[in-house]
Amino acid sequence: MSAFAALGDVLKPKSFAGLFGAAPSIALATLGLTIAANGKMYAAAEARSMIAGALVFFLYAWFCSWLMLRGKLKVMPVTLSALAIWLVCSISIWFFVLR
Amino acid sequence: MKVSADFSALKKTKWYEYAVRFLLGGAVTVVAGLLAKHYGPVFGGLFLAFPAIFPASATLVDKHERQKKQRAGIPQTTRGRQAAGVDAAGAALGSLGLATFAYIIWKLLPLWSAAMVFVVAVCAWLCVSCVLWWLRKKHSPQ
Repeated sequence: MSAFAALGDVLKPKSFAGLFGAAPSIALATLGLTIAANGKMYAAAEARSMIAGALVFFLYAWFCSWLMLRGKLKVMPVTLSALAIWLVCSISIWFFVLR
Repeated sequence: MKVSADFSALKKTKWYEYAVRFLLGGAVTVVAGLLAKHYGPVFGGLFLAFPAIFPASATLVDKHERQKKQRAGIPQTTRGRQAAGVDAAGAALGSLGLATFAYIIWKLLPLWSAAMVFVVAVCAWLCVSCVLWWLRKKHSPQ
């Protein structure tokens, strides 16, 4: 996690460094632990849902970018409050599609 | 525009700024595991793509850009917010790479060894993200 974060700090331009803001650091750690505890099929089922979560991450990051580049809102309130959009969209996809 | 690395940026980042992101990522790993345990892997899997570290990273980008401008004698600037906005646009492209990563794990994990699948999936994340970034640069107005 810290390695991906360090890469994001070091690389230029900022748009390229931003790619590392969506690095699969949490997924690698969690899937590794899941495989050890519950096996590969269980982890594959998690990865299928992760596709939906990642697509909602796209909406979240695009919306944050749009607000920060065009609006006058501060960065922390924008990025934290928009997490509610991620939660609502992801849980809706789970409820209506994946469940 | 060429991609480059500025290693002096590592000195500007304080140890606790890495620690915060590490702790946030660790917390989400635990939460994702608990949610999967209680509600099953289909629900818990969503949280493998939760943007846990992103708010802290974007706030740091904003802070570092504003500090840079203040050192240059410009106290009031929107540069920090704009840099964070550009960083977020990059994260949006990276998230499509993240979806590719998840798709490869989903399809190949039952067939191949876990280590091999992880290597292929991380390479796919990096390739898709970089190609999308390059295509966006190529087609965006200068």
